[in-house]
Amino acid sequence: MIGIALRDAKGPFALGIAGSILYAAMSVVASLVLGWATDEVLLPIVASGEIDGQLLVVAMLLIVGVATLKAVGVVGRRLGAYIAQFSLQSQYRRRVTRRYLDLPIAWHRRHPTGELLSNANADVESAFFVAAPLPMAIGATLLVLFTGGLLVATDPFLAAIGFSVGPLLAFANWFYQRRMRSAATVAQQARAEVSEIAHASFDGALVIKTMGREDQEAQGFREVAEDLRDKMIRVGKLRAFFDPVIEALPNIGILLVLLVGALRVRDGALTAGDLVTFAYLFRLVALPIRVFGWLLGELPRAVVGWDRVERVLQATGRMDHGDQRTTGEGGADVRSEAVGFTHPSSVREELSGPVIASVTPEGAGARGVSSVSFDVPAGRTVALVGATGSGKSTVAALLVRLFDPDTGQISLDDHDLKDLGRDELSRNAAIVFQDAFLFDDTVAENISLGAPVSSEQIEQAARLARADGFIRELDHGYDTVVGERGATLSGGQRQRIALARALVREPRLLVLDDATSAVDPSVESEILRGLSEAELPSTVVLVAYRQGSIALADEVFYLREGAVAARGTHEQLLQDVAGYRDLVTAYEHPGEDADATPGDRP
Amino acid sequence: MTATSATPEPSEGPLRTVVRGVSLSPELRVGLPGTLALALVATAGRAIVPIAIQQTIDSGLGDGGVDLDLIARVVGFAGLAVVLTALASGWMNYRLATVVETALSNLRVHAFRHIHDLSMLHQAAQQRGSLVSRVTTDIDEISRFMQWGGLNLITSSGQLLVATIVMFAYSWQLTLVVLLLFVPFVLAARWFQVRLTAAYQVVRENIGRLLGVVAETVVGAPVVRAYGVEERTQVRLDAAIEDHRRSAVRAGGFSSLFSGSGEIFGALASAGVLAVGIWLGVGGDITPGTVIAFLFLITLFVDPVLIAAEVINEGQNAVAGWRRVLDILDVPPDVADPGDEGLDLPPGPIGIGFEDVAFRYPHAGETAQEASGPVVLRDVALTIEPQSRVAVVGETGSGKTTFAKLLTRLMDPVEGRILLAGVPIDRVRFGSLRKRVVMVPQDGALFDGSIADNVRMGNPDLSDDDLELAFLELGLADWVDELPDHLDTRVGERGSGLSGGERQLVALARAYVSNPDLLVLDEATSAVDPATEMRLQRALTGLTQGRTTVTIAHRMSTAEAADEVLVFDQGRIVQRGPHDVLLAEGGVYGGLHASWVRGTSGAHDSA
Repeated sequence: MIGIALRDAKGPFALGIAGSILYAAMSVVASLVLGWATDEVLLPIVASGEIDGQLLVVAMLLIVGVATLKAVGVVGRRLGAYIAQFSLQSQYRRRVTRRYLDLPIAWHRRHPTGELLSNANADVESAFFVAAPLPMAIGATLLVLFTGGLLVATDPFLAAIGFSVGPLLAFANWFYQRRMRSAATVAQQARAEVSEIAHASFDGALVIKTMGREDQEAQGFREVAEDLRDKMIRVGKLRAFFDPVIEALPNIGILLVLLVGALRVRDGALTAGDLVTFAYLFRLVALPIRVFGWLLGELPRAVVGWDRVERVLQATGRMDHGDQRTTGEGGADVRSEAVGFTHPSSVREELSGPVIASVTPEGAGARGVSSVSFDVPAGRTVALVGATGSGKSTVAALLVRLFDPDTGQISLDDHDLKDLGRDELSRNAAIVFQDAFLFDDTVAENISLGAPVSSEQIEQAARLARADGFIRELDHGYDTVVGERGATLSGGQRQRIALARALVREPRLLVLDDATSAVDPSVESEILRGLSEAELPSTVVLVAYRQGSIALADEVFYLREGAVAARGTHEQLLQDVAGYRDLVTAYEHPGEDADATPGDRP
Repeated sequence: MTATSATPEPSEGPLRTVVRGVSLSPELRVGLPGTLALALVATAGRAIVPIAIQQTIDSGLGDGGVDLDLIARVVGFAGLAVVLTALASGWMNYRLATVVETALSNLRVHAFRHIHDLSMLHQAAQQRGSLVSRVTTDIDEISRFMQWGGLNLITSSGQLLVATIVMFAYSWQLTLVVLLLFVPFVLAARWFQVRLTAAYQVVRENIGRLLGVVAETVVGAPVVRAYGVEERTQVRLDAAIEDHRRSAVRAGGFSSLFSGSGEIFGALASAGVLAVGIWLGVGGDITPGTVIAFLFLITLFVDPVLIAAEVINEGQNAVAGWRRVLDILDVPPDVADPGDEGLDLPPGPIGIGFEDVAFRYPHAGETAQEASGPVVLRDVALTIEPQSRVAVVGETGSGKTTFAKLLTRLMDPVEGRILLAGVPIDRVRFGSLRKRVVMVPQDGALFDGSIADNVRMGNPDLSDDDLELAFLELGLADWVDELPDHLDTRVGERGSGLSGGERQLVALARAYVSNPDLLVLDEATSAVDPATEMRLQRALTGLTQGRTTVTIAHRMSTAEAADEVLVFDQGRIVQRGPHDVLLAEGGVYGGLHASWVRGTSGAHDSA
């Protein structure tokens, strides 16, 4: 992994490592200069009582000069590390998000949103967090080697004494990091728990309020908060114990060196200046050893992050495109032949974490389709009707190739969707989902999505979607920024903008998947009537619940258990198919439903 | 984790926030003098080694040869001091961690409980995420900062202080030299710090934007795919990623230059000390050992300044987080429980009275009392007889949901008053109110847990048999049987494992077991399949029997079956009476009814 980091950010690392080496070298030189200044400048001058101005100036220049080089080294090292770290982050963010755009929707469905978000953000970040201390660690290795050599050359005996502290320090560090990691992981879990409880509790605020359960909620929260507190105190305890030990060890080493060094000076094996150098160098080594500890401590986190990033980069599955083009005009001819498809949501790749039953568009009921065959002649409007779980939304998604069918095929103008060129289908077909998704951009941009359309066309589409009125009342009209996911708009307004987005492209196939469910009923009927009166050059397939919408279709496909059970006009089906009749009239007179017991009427 | 870029420029200084914060968490002051004393001892320890070196060189290795006895004494003494200061520093760390974590844990719970008393929690769903960060990431930041940054700040200033004292003790002349040479460094530090703060602010904003764009890509994947706008999305992503990189490198550049400048200033001070030291040494004022000790002490001087600048940066986040927590605590609970001074609702069915009630929502940042938003309800005056069934109808934004929330005291009116069974609603103890008045929200509002858990929230003492009986009485036994684990079926996060209609079934059962005298229902708006629809109706029939019921109706059938219909339009009640009468009157109700009949077959709504 460090290899990958080094490979993908060669330049910055070269800068960082060069800076680090310069810094390390100059640290050693600085201590030599200090020692020399003590022995050759300070002591003789003070002893002789005569100031040798020239020598003094040389010493001062040396000190400042060496420090300047050291500063250059430090800036190079840190800057290199920063550039490396952030360029790696951005490189891999780009690669991960490119994969997101490439991988099929089926893959997206298998992964919780939160996981994908953290892959691109937190995981990439932690994977390359090691990049920061890397140049310093490499410099530190050299520094330790340098210093070691120098100390040994000056006085091997004293060096041995001093370095005896090293292994102790390394061991303490290793032990500390190990204990710390498990304590920190436990605390992290407790923190996640706190966040989860707070989320759930605030989300359910209304019920909690109506049931008067605030105090019980606070009690439950107190328990997890106190659990977190205890675990954080444990982390603090560990640090409280180890930090001073790690700080004290080098000091003890220096004191030992002083004591033994004094003996050596007495024996004439060492000068006083050498001893000063020694003490200074010794302090230099203490810091790098800590950096190593830090690097090692970060590594496990980085490896986990990298693994998660790599899983996205190596995810398989892609949607291949053909190179056929369709030359048709006006409404498209759509055909589905024995199409079968099972949603992959039940098979989770991620085994950890709670499995939430539903991530599919139809909620828990989505079970895919078993064998759906139909054809929609060009320019017709067809309604897909069926109970929850009958496969309506699945068919809608298959028509615009969000998924590929497991069996059978879907074709547009006699081209299998799989054979169409990459952008060919999106040029010809548009879908509007029930859950209208808006980007954090202006209303106009949300409608055009970068398509080459004029503002007149945008307004025209908005009028057709009955959105023009409220858009004009927004602060900046069509240039109003809608906020993250359209937070400033109501659900019905979002749906109408999403509808305009589809209409502005004048699609030859328009798929409406319960696209106006949040719109006031009177507005909805206006929209649908407007659509049919506009005589769009489109084939329209709509998933609908309300009789008013269904009645507008030329033909109705009644879906049951993943297959087309019956087709015909609304009136025909009402008359001939009991299941259909029950379904579409269920909302009208609920109490009179065949199964309801008399007297049950509300 | 959370980007808080939206926070406006702070109106109060960081120091003011910290003072306010500490006064709200007095636990933070527990044992503070002791901790500070320990900090002083711990940092004093950092001067020990330079002193020992000085003593050894000056006295031990003086002209008279090597004085081993003295050196042994010095080293032994210093060793003891090192151990003692290590102990002091460990003890200080431990005390700090305990005090900080205890105080913050209490602050967390305090804020959590307080937020539940703010009506904004359920009024503004989009703010919920940020309210969660008030009790999670914001407080985590404070904890991290206090234990890392706060500690460093204490020890750094201690170090600065001790180093200065020691230096003065050695030689006031040399100390002056060092201090003088450090003036430009402190000025430079200030210069860097201002730029670093600004640079990191930009980084934070860019991270927020990056997170937003990535979230769009992930959540909006079906739209991106279906509309073939991958390239456009990629351009947006790349721009956000690149902006973040550039700003982060820029901030890193400032930080790198700053640490480089520390080296240079340190060296300037060393050179100055050497020159002046030699000059003084020649004059006989100080010894060479003093000069050498100074060269060591100077490093003690540079680090704290570098660290302080870094800490102040990190501190920005923490202080901003702390301020946000304090600000939320400052919002007075707008719907307060009268507590022991309150009254209980008299037993028996509950009638309702509204006396010239008006309501307006507060703008963002306003408390309920200062509300200056648009008026959503005005001049509502009515009485509803006990045990009657009332349907409330109206277009989106007509005020019908506000009416329901006032009725259950999820909010208080801005004008007028509301009576339940003759008692002003704000005089009723919550204990009594929440037991007797139950609201069933539209989406059911379930918690992750089993169906049984969710229903038991309505009546915690319910036995398993009673629970099953409740479902049987509501005609839901067959539905429960179809579920994989029956009553133990987990509903998933926010009930996501169930369909919308099924969620409401659970909510109805929950209301049923709490046996209220006034039931306020918000009908489900999304379409449900017929089987669930039928069960809903069946359960509703059982539930509403013999209780005063107010239903926000989205179905024609509900309005038809009600004893009385209230028609809301633009915040007023414009019509009231039984369905047949209203239908004959025409008016707003006639229009609503016609559009129901024309456009739909009942299940519909409005957002």
